[in-house]
Amino acid sequence: MSNLDADPPEASSEAATRTAVPAVEGWFSTDAERPALLGSRCSSCGTYAFPAAQSFCANPRCQGTEFEAVELSRRGKVWSYTDARYTPPPPYVAADPYVPFAIVAVELEAEKMVVMGQAASGVTVADLSVGTEVELVLDTLYADDEHDYLVWKWQPVGAEARR
Amino acid sequence: MSDDKRVAVLGAGMHPWGKWGRSFVEYGVHAAREALADADLSWPDVQFVSGADTIRNGYPGFIAGATFAQALGWTGAKVASSYAACASGASAIANARAQILAGLCDVALVVGADTTPKGFFAPVGGERRDDPDWLRFHLLGATNPTYFALYARRRMDRFGATDEDFAQVKVKNSRHGAANPNARYRDVVTAEQVLASPMVADPLRLLEICATSDGGAALVLSSMEFARRHAGAEPAVTIAAVSTVTPRFPNRVIEMPNFSTDSAAAVTGDIEGFRPSIVRAVYEEAGIGPDDVDLAEVYDLSAALELDWYEDIGLCGEGEAEKLLADGVTSLGGRVPVNPSGGLSSFGEAIPAQAIAQVCEAVWQLRGQAAGRQVEGARVAVTANQGLFGHGSSVLVTR
Repeated sequence: MSNLDADPPEASSEAATRTAVPAVEGWFSTDAERPALLGSRCSSCGTYAFPAAQSFCANPRCQGTEFEAVELSRRGKVWSYTDARYTPPPPYVAADPYVPFAIVAVELEAEKMVVMGQAASGVTVADLSVGTEVELVLDTLYADDEHDYLVWKWQPVGAEARR
Repeated sequence: MSDDKRVAVLGAGMHPWGKWGRSFVEYGVHAAREALADADLSWPDVQFVSGADTIRNGYPGFIAGATFAQALGWTGAKVASSYAACASGASAIANARAQILAGLCDVALVVGADTTPKGFFAPVGGERRDDPDWLRFHLLGATNPTYFALYARRRMDRFGATDEDFAQVKVKNSRHGAANPNARYRDVVTAEQVLASPMVADPLRLLEICATSDGGAALVLSSMEFARRHAGAEPAVTIAAVSTVTPRFPNRVIEMPNFSTDSAAAVTGDIEGFRPSIVRAVYEEAGIGPDDVDLAEVYDLSAALELDWYEDIGLCGEGEAEKLLADGVTSLGGRVPVNPSGGLSSFGEAIPAQAIAQVCEAVWQLRGQAAGRQVEGARVAVTANQGLFGHGSSVLVTR
């Protein structure tokens, strides 16, 4: 598990200059304790969106143009899950050697929507089932000489404690 | 305007699917010439050429209608090109049908062809941080099989589908495709072979995921009146309806290439799922129901997805597809053979050609020309297809 305040995975002379940055701007908060996806809620009809709506609402019966920035639920239930046994093509930046990862689609109760994400590093399909409660964490997506690029991932609730 | 919304299918043609490594234009021209010969017409007879676009072959692919028209030789025909992801071929059919039904032309040629790279489909090049298709690869490593696998796992969880069920879909389609000269994969496989193939996206294995292929398909369509004049008889096969509807909000199923579904927070009530809505629209337009269907060509992007389609096209209720398969209902010789062509399982996907190829198979089946894979006495065929960005299609073919 990495977060913004943690040491890089391999502390070395580079450590002083390596920084953690989001892999995409504005999609999630980088609060070390309680990271959250940043979505939107339509001020006219209440429809949520992720990524955040900018100028129009997905509801065909709504012409709203104002959107409140909201943090989405940090916990949800697995709607379905899979993994990536073969290296995805670019623009995915794969580690060398490649390490397979799990992907989950998570149902958020309040927002009544399903959001995808990788499962946290080390979580495999054997750790998952439909309905598993998961929590949002930040984790490294890829790294270069200067940066760890962070992305949101989902981790089974209590998994950290079990390890 | 006449109430008769049928158009005649005068000709069908294909370039065999494979990994030939040549220009998509070559496959398209080959398929077009086959379809024209089948229709007993020549290229200058065509008044409207409707191309289905490919996005991986540069500018000529974006204006496929003109590319094929130039390759066949400019004749002054009206031209249009359609892009609708996996439904591009059906979109091109829909455009040709509309021109014919509006009385703007009598004879139209529909062509789609593709040359594909090996391996996973990747987004088109360049760093495009505002394109969800680029972002899903970059931020999630989510390939197309990722989404197919999410649906497959859902099916296992909701209905108790098993690895063996999925493998048996592949086994069935390999038997069907073995006799099809246009199919790329013609070896019959066993469930053991399927289950021994490498896992790609749990629970889907390599032999359960559709490959990417080169291929081309074409149709010659005409007005009913032209068909009667041309052949001196009622046309043997007609397209009775075409559906190219969008999903309805809120779409609760995660679809390629999205990061999330719609939110249902602000609306109440059940909304019909996208896949069933595509096919319901074609049945309604044709005034024909699933009980009338003799065969179906459905988009088996994965073996598991074919089972979803059984329910979506109305062959059985939710959760009953595994039994339908096990009872042999969807195999050749069964009540409603599904993918008698062998499906994507035997073809691999040549995107803009694929929805056209589904209709070609329906035409050959209804004419009784599907040697080695014939559905005896077939009179009604339905096709179904879904791609990304909210595109899908269904075509109803009758004799």
